[in-house]
Amino acid sequence: MARAALPGRLTWQPGRVVELVDETPRCKSLALELPDWRGHRAGQHVDVRLTAEDGYQAERSYSIASGPEDRQLLLTVERLDDGEVSPYLTDELRPGDELELRGPIGGYFVWEYSQGGPLLMIAGGSGVVPFRAMLRHWTAGQRNVPARLLYSSRTLEDVIYRHDLNGLAEQGAEVKLTLTREWPPDWQGHRGRVDRNLLADVAWPPQQRPLVYVCGPTAFVEGVAEALVDSGHEPSRIRTERFGPTGT
Amino acid sequence: MSPISRGFTGRRRGSADPSRVPPGQYVTGDFPVLSAGPTPRTTLDEWSFTIHGAVNEPVSWPWEEFLALPSETITADIHCVTKWSKLDTSWRGVSVDTLLRSVVTEADYLTAWSDGGYTTNLTIRDVTGSKAWVAYEYGGEPLEPEHGGPARLLVPHLYFWKSAKWVRGLTLTPGDEPGFWEGYGYHNHGDPWLEQRYQGD
Repeated sequence: MARAALPGRLTWQPGRVVELVDETPRCKSLALELPDWRGHRAGQHVDVRLTAEDGYQAERSYSIASGPEDRQLLLTVERLDDGEVSPYLTDELRPGDELELRGPIGGYFVWEYSQGGPLLMIAGGSGVVPFRAMLRHWTAGQRNVPARLLYSSRTLEDVIYRHDLNGLAEQGAEVKLTLTREWPPDWQGHRGRVDRNLLADVAWPPQQRPLVYVCGPTAFVEGVAEALVDSGHEPSRIRTERFGPTGT
Repeated sequence: MSPISRGFTGRRRGSADPSRVPPGQYVTGDFPVLSAGPTPRTTLDEWSFTIHGAVNEPVSWPWEEFLALPSETITADIHCVTKWSKLDTSWRGVSVDTLLRSVVTEADYLTAWSDGGYTTNLTIRDVTGSKAWVAYEYGGEPLEPEHGGPARLLVPHLYFWKSAKWVRGLTLTPGDEPGFWEGYGYHNHGDPWLEQRYQGD
């Protein structure tokens, strides 16, 4: 007989892939059905485990892109060319396949209505993934807390969730894009990296004490967090999540 | 029994000695950075290292005095709960054994605390017997702020969140009190060889 899981224990559970969505040339979203999922808070992540025929296993962590109120769990995976797990998830995986997952994991880089705002989310590249979850949670609630996303992407083609972000903007979330490498001739959004000048344009002033979340590659997060502190934002109001290879 | 992931073979990285890689970990040549908030910028003239709490007399070393303490060179494999391991990392710092010789205590536990408010809990047993250091050099260079400089705790036999960056002191305690990540569902002890990632592992 199976041993009962300890309360609060994160056990591995099977998830069935129901849909794969191309987000950008390098990113895919995986919609999963998890019969035993006990819910999550926006900003948390999961561990995914793959098992080869000879029993070899590999585990990686992925941020959850779906809101707590959504029916399916959505993960978005960026393909790392020298990666072991992400190319499998983006290239090999098919609807109907099973993955093992456990979670939700992490409890600091999360946002719930009770934490208030204004809610400022600053994303670099695929660092936007947990902010989709936060915005989904935001739209499912009363929207009585101002929410703003500043999303830095190399090109327009690399912007993940373009369609979703338009929808979220229509529901009242402020979505600001900045493109750092190239932009269309008629581009109306911001250009260049997130620095003190851009923050002065886009962020609420420190006096309004926004709750700021920053997610992206290390150099991006380091730079943005430092610029925020230098602009007078309280370090204790800034939460960071970093990922990816250090070389980016 | 885990289901087979159809078509997954894995890319076991040839060069690493598998006996040095704990379960669920992969070896990286990078040194990834993870932290919950902005990197604190404490200047060296503001910096000190303190041991207090359940001790006969608190002790505190300013930066210059800390550097004058007997130091050791440490080569160790480190293991992050986010799955990366890095082999043969090289550090210089002061052994926690050396630091604790300056106080009299019967405490069994401690909380390491850092600039920026981070904390992590450890047993005295896990930081004594040449198992833990306060490190201020990495790879022969001053430890960079994003990796925890001026100084970080180094407890290589536990997952790396126990190796508190920007560490400023140890509070010795009679009882065990969860630190920052331990309070958010991460394992209280964090032994990578037992894959103690999360509560209940």
